[in-house]
Amino acid sequence: MSDIQPPEIRDHADPVEPQYATIKMYASREDIYPREVTGFFANWRWACVWLTQLVFYGVPWLAWNDRQAVLFDLAARKFYLFGIVLWPQDFIYLTALLIICAYSLFLFTTVAGRLWCGFACPQTVYTEIFMWVERKIEGSRSARIKLSKQNWTLAKVSKKCAKHAIWLGIALWTGISFVGYFTPIKTLMQEILLVTLGPWELFWVLFYALATYGNAGWMREQVCKYMCPYARFQSVMFDQDTLIVTYDQQRGEPRSTKTAKNPVLGSCIDCSICVQVCPTGIDIRDGLQYECIGCAACVDACDTVMDKIGAPKGLIRFSTANAIKNNLSEQQVLKSIFRSRVLIYSAILVVIVSVLAINLLTRVPLKLDVIRDRGSMGRELNEGVIENVYKLQIMNTAEANHIYRIKVSGLDSIRLDSPDQIELPGATTKAIPVRVHVDHDHGKQGSNKIWFQLEAIDNPALQVKEKAVFIIPHN
Amino acid sequence: MADFTSDFWGAYIALLTVLSIIGCGVLLWTQATAKVKISTDANGEPGPVETTGHLWDEDLGELNNPLPRWWMWLFVLTIIFGGIYLYLYPGLGTYAGKLGWQSSGQYQKELKIADAEYGPLFEKYLHQDLKAVAADPQAHLIGERLFLTYCAQCHGSDAHGNKGFPNLTDKDWLYGGAPDVIKTTIMYGRNGQMPPMGAVVGTDDEVRNVAHYVLSLSGSTHDPIKAAFGKSKFTACIGCHSAGGIGNQALGAPALNDKIWLYGGSLDTIMETINKGRKNTMPPFKDFLGEAKVQVLAAYVWSLSNEAEIKAAQK
Repeated sequence: MSDIQPPEIRDHADPVEPQYATIKMYASREDIYPREVTGFFANWRWACVWLTQLVFYGVPWLAWNDRQAVLFDLAARKFYLFGIVLWPQDFIYLTALLIICAYSLFLFTTVAGRLWCGFACPQTVYTEIFMWVERKIEGSRSARIKLSKQNWTLAKVSKKCAKHAIWLGIALWTGISFVGYFTPIKTLMQEILLVTLGPWELFWVLFYALATYGNAGWMREQVCKYMCPYARFQSVMFDQDTLIVTYDQQRGEPRSTKTAKNPVLGSCIDCSICVQVCPTGIDIRDGLQYECIGCAACVDACDTVMDKIGAPKGLIRFSTANAIKNNLSEQQVLKSIFRSRVLIYSAILVVIVSVLAINLLTRVPLKLDVIRDRGSMGRELNEGVIENVYKLQIMNTAEANHIYRIKVSGLDSIRLDSPDQIELPGATTKAIPVRVHVDHDHGKQGSNKIWFQLEAIDNPALQVKEKAVFIIPHN
Repeated sequence: MADFTSDFWGAYIALLTVLSIIGCGVLLWTQATAKVKISTDANGEPGPVETTGHLWDEDLGELNNPLPRWWMWLFVLTIIFGGIYLYLYPGLGTYAGKLGWQSSGQYQKELKIADAEYGPLFEKYLHQDLKAVAADPQAHLIGERLFLTYCAQCHGSDAHGNKGFPNLTDKDWLYGGAPDVIKTTIMYGRNGQMPPMGAVVGTDDEVRNVAHYVLSLSGSTHDPIKAAFGKSKFTACIGCHSAGGIGNQALGAPALNDKIWLYGGSLDTIMETINKGRKNTMPPFKDFLGEAKVQVLAAYVWSLSNEAEIKAAQK
């Protein structure tokens, strides 16, 4: 801010006392009453609301072979995802998932700013749902402002109570749905109906419900402005070619309420509807601000107004800093999307998604760890046979019972001196000691590479191979 | 918290902690408002307060965008929380906290929960005959898991033993292979000691002769002439290993008339054993595992060398 001037020294003799003001570093929030908005982007937002919430509320109710299709069983440390059961050893998939989420965010943000924030973020989605309830009960923006200004009458109390009751209902259902991902939701419903909910389940249902109610009902834009970390660092992914919500100053100014037909005046008729619809309470005509979540409500609102006064749409539109500065056409803006940064993000994303998909599709629900006995290197038996002992940690991560055959290979005359078949029930692990024998005159002194192989008898595709070391003692 | 060399440090840390928290409160209180010099327009009328008055790098001002009020209350809450926490839990130097919480207490609590859950299971086996426990398939699985966790380090995953650690799958026992003897071994441990006999036996050649005689007892490869010379010197060994080297389970003295060797059956190894003696320890597990788990373990170990009897019992 270069326009801060020290108090001017006037011409006359005594200088003016500098004036001081006390400012508050913490101020109470000014209420925002967003006006209802309809249009192209609003429809997209509602589509996102429906899509995300159908998935969120619906998925726990899907069944898969007598169990819940998607269940994160923390106590048993098993994650069920439709046909796949993930164990703690599969943690790497979560890493891949998080990387995919991160790069998707980078990609969207680079292309079109805070798209995630404006359209798909749970904070936006639940706020949208809660505001819809609010509108249905308290009425339009002007009615809501009037209601909050008037004294507490019976009508006002009943409206407020109804609103909060419905909000709490939605929030509670959200909390139950959330916990339903960790405790089978049908069991959960039963426990709720019979009032036998465990203390932790109760805590998480209420915690998630109250967080939903508080964030979407009371906090709203403050979550994005003061609490959200993504909001803070998304700005560094912007560049001059990022699509942002812009106000076309050249076309709009000078604004005037008189008429838009006057050629001297700009198209903006200063109706302030773009300010009224903004969920974060900013005026987009002041340029890009950190509060803007790119929800494009002002775009829809302004387009409606422009239609009414017979001016072309797009006074407020998605455009880029470059386009505004250099008057680029839409074609050129579209072209600038395919810049190196976007292409690199896309390429990385495609690679990681493909690797994850291939890995998941070719995943064998069987794991084997070979642990050498540390107490003994290699034993020499009396018959001129060398013996090594291993512990095989076998994990049957499938849900069905299997009998596995154990094979060992890698040296001449190598063979097992313990049972070569083991039966494991579904989703169990077992450690078995195995003895491996090699005749005296095979292999070299020291360590020899060998392989253990497990194969399900009923399904040869179910097999894993693990490296191990066979030690032949020095004479 | 007896980690300090003197009481001073505990008090020092406590004082620092308290002062820091109070300092946070003071800072919050004094910084909640700011006095700002405001610019005036040409007529001396005050303009709006645009910045907080801080200036960096000559022209970089901090805009006057106040945080929401609830943010300040969160700070206040954390200060209150800190006070309550430090009263209840350890955190102020050597002060142990009102609740007397300790991480070791957490461990004991979890142990208690586990004991309450699995105790009855083990308790059930404690009142059964060891051979009956050995024939119980579930007990066998538990025993195998316990063995792999607590015993496999020395005796091997397959219980075949290693140099200095007996094989538990054969019928050759140092102290006896009856189920209750095995249980005693695990409960109270064993101390196997063979004194150094080199001086008693005599010269190096005489020790070699005795070693050849020992080899002859189990029909291993030996020099018959040297063995014959060594036979008379073997009298020094009979006290423990008995005549003919059949061993003595009361003392834990190994039998020398079989081909099973604890330390190895080569001539050099036997000579080393005679010259220097051997010392060996099996640790006691009574306090560490408790009798109920030892019961299951003993049954499992006994079952390793008595599979035929168990199969018969299961039928």
